[in-house]
Amino acid sequence: MAKVLVVTSGKGGVGKTTTTAAMGAALAQAGKKVVVVDFDVGLRNLDLVMGAERRVVFDLINVVQGIAKLPQALIRDKRLDNLSLLPASQTKDKDALTEEGVGRIIGELRASFDWVLCDSPAGIERGATLAMRFAEAAIIVTNPEVSSVRDSDRIIGMLDSKTVKAERGERVEKHILLTRYDPARAARGDMLGIEDVLEILATPLLGIIPESQDVLRASNVGSPVTLNSPASTPARAYVDATRRLMGETVPMTVPSERKGLMGLLRGRRAA
Amino acid sequence: MDVNAEPTRQPIRFRGRSYVAFVFSPAAPIVNWLELLDTTLARSPGFFVGKPVVLDLSALDLSTSAIAHLVKSIEARDIRILGIEGVDTERLSPQLPPLVTGGRNLALSQVEPKKPAPKPAQTSLLLENVRSGQSIVFPDGDVTVLGSVSSGAEIVAGGSIHVYGTLRGRAMAGVNGNSAARIYCQRIEAELLAIDGYYQTAEELDASLRSRPVQAWLEGEIMRVTPLN
Repeated sequence: MAKVLVVTSGKGGVGKTTTTAAMGAALAQAGKKVVVVDFDVGLRNLDLVMGAERRVVFDLINVVQGIAKLPQALIRDKRLDNLSLLPASQTKDKDALTEEGVGRIIGELRASFDWVLCDSPAGIERGATLAMRFAEAAIIVTNPEVSSVRDSDRIIGMLDSKTVKAERGERVEKHILLTRYDPARAARGDMLGIEDVLEILATPLLGIIPESQDVLRASNVGSPVTLNSPASTPARAYVDATRRLMGETVPMTVPSERKGLMGLLRGRRAA
Repeated sequence: MDVNAEPTRQPIRFRGRSYVAFVFSPAAPIVNWLELLDTTLARSPGFFVGKPVVLDLSALDLSTSAIAHLVKSIEARDIRILGIEGVDTERLSPQLPPLVTGGRNLALSQVEPKKPAPKPAQTSLLLENVRSGQSIVFPDGDVTVLGSVSSGAEIVAGGSIHVYGTLRGRAMAGVNGNSAARIYCQRIEAELLAIDGYYQTAEELDASLRSRPVQAWLEGEIMRVTPLN
């Protein structure tokens, strides 16, 4: 029986799609059968980040409308064959999604996969609420800055009220993933501190992903960062987060600035 | 041959019975009388709803249309007229309530509807943080939060508000006119505080009080915010 997890945030541009792809790939590398579902109808990005944009024939809306069957719409990843993608439509919009259709698809996906990762669109409207509706767990992607934190708080409130689990009186398992963390700015005090973020959101921390050029490079070549540059700091942080998601205890490392020799010299002023 | 059994027919029996009804005896000028009626209704709203009322027009001399107009005005106030007395039958049209006769005066104890017993003060207890976008409205009493109130959240209470955590959102206490209500929190970073409609935004809060445990209360029309330690 699968675990349905939604990657959401409220705020746009914080790293939901990057996270869905990176952690989906990491889970598949750990041997799980994973499907990543793009709920951003009309503004789809997951297919680009997964490198599948030239193989999309049928999409989520087609399956909701009954035009296509689920296996026809699923796209298997070329690098990992236990990783699949269900893309969103680019020509329709969120109004084409229905709760009944989404529920049916999630049910079908549950039967054949270990993990169903739902990539939520930004906002709190229909796309976002339907992406979280059937979730048992959630990763709330947050940047350490005030607007992102407030929006994440709103989304956490909605996870506790607008999901099927919440309506039944149960809890959605929630995790914070702090992304785009910049250690230099944090040292200067320009970013909200990790403790402040956690104090406001009062939800356990899954991981801290540093800001990095590797993420942009990976999405440009159409590959999740964990597959494209597995030795990079964001990739290693994503793998740690994935291990924690699977229940392992992994000590939390706060990304720090890389101080090379030049860093030591630059810090000193001539007297 | 079929036997036609005639169903035995019982004639409908008509009986007489007397009932107790309220009697309205309007006097001229009708406008003033209607005003008095309105004052009574304001004091005890809905008192006549569901009660039988008879209109005694003996003190007035109204035409059929005037009677119809008066009946309409009374029914517009949610009062149903059971019958009309003190007027000639010709003046009453079939659409109006019927003529009643044979009324006997009764001593009705002047019933002042009991003032609804004041509800015992209630408290609403919230065990978790109040998240951004959530609005907690509890006009019946105090609200206690065992956690923080996020920025963008609001608590609206008829009584006082107690936050055992950081208050970052809006707190509006005493909303039903209770100017004795207070707001307490362990850390003040509120966006807005209001008591009985008098409000103060975060800008107006004294900088020295920020992030400290405080209580806010109303002194006349001024909100006082003082530290709790």
